[in-house]
Amino acid sequence: MAEADQSAKEQDADEVQDVEFTAAGVREGFAAGFPVALGVAGYGVVFGVVARRAGLSVAEAAVMSATVVAGAAQLVAVELWANPIPAVAVVSTTLLVNLRYVLMGAALRPWLGQLRPGRAYASVFFFADENWALSIGALRSGSTNGAFLLGSGLVLWLLWVASTVVGATAGDLVGDPAAYGLDYVATALFLTLAAGFWEGEESLRPWLVAAAAALAVDALVPGEWYILAGALAGAAAEVVAYDG
Amino acid sequence: MVDLDPAVVAVILAMAAVTYATKAGGFWLLGRVDLSERAEAGIDVLPGAVVVAFVTPVLADGGVPEWVAAAATVAVARKTGSLLASLAVGVGVVLAVRTLV
Repeated sequence: MAEADQSAKEQDADEVQDVEFTAAGVREGFAAGFPVALGVAGYGVVFGVVARRAGLSVAEAAVMSATVVAGAAQLVAVELWANPIPAVAVVSTTLLVNLRYVLMGAALRPWLGQLRPGRAYASVFFFADENWALSIGALRSGSTNGAFLLGSGLVLWLLWVASTVVGATAGDLVGDPAAYGLDYVATALFLTLAAGFWEGEESLRPWLVAAAAALAVDALVPGEWYILAGALAGAAAEVVAYDG
Repeated sequence: MVDLDPAVVAVILAMAAVTYATKAGGFWLLGRVDLSERAEAGIDVLPGAVVVAFVTPVLADGGVPEWVAAAATVAVARKTGSLLASLAVGVGVVLAVRTLV
């Protein structure tokens, strides 16, 4: 009952559609996530190769992919790897690289907040840039599938772990993913989403501010701070300009 | 065969814990605070702002192949609305133009 009140309240506040969580919904997300997961698998192979070179065993690389589920952070972490492991640097860098997930998780609240907590908190374990993007795209265009994030996350997770094992095992046999254009999959995915998110003139200001802030921070600050800075600046521009 | 060093696994699990905290943290926090309409307007533009902040520096660092492929990707996305089509066109065009320039 309390849960129903809660979702009814969120429904009013956010004016979003009701979502449901079904096995069919998980399958739909799984199928929709598959082409993107193939692109991610190209990076899983690279991660496996790099992790092996950094001194992790195949099993350790697989455990990292299965539990951390964050490609950019994992690649940065194994670049820092040494003997003994600089644990503080590795863990704090992981946190910094992944700070953008705080904002991305917040953006899922209107829909995932309607689910039972166990389902919502299990779903967010499986979110990464690519399936977050797919899910938010689907939900914003009116999908009632609250299991989309979990389904697309599962296919991503499976291929991420499997491709990590392939890369760590095959090592140097694998070439550069750029040779197959796989380095462009994430960019193409985000551009496709941008095309869908565009709401005409009202998107112009927050997007210009986000782009300008991201470019400025990218030029001045090493690392991935530009994503967080750009996103916050874009949202802040909207908050400041809001006129009811 | 399975070669797991406890010290390595401990660091990996610490990485997993902070990562999950970021993924669940923003979601959890928004369920605990009552947002004004003004703040909600900001949250509302967040997905677009994240996407734009993600992709702009990547494109700025790229060259002609990435820009041509970006234009093709957006054009196909707007025309067809099909993710598979726009991904295929984006990757295909970037490969093709890279071999030309």
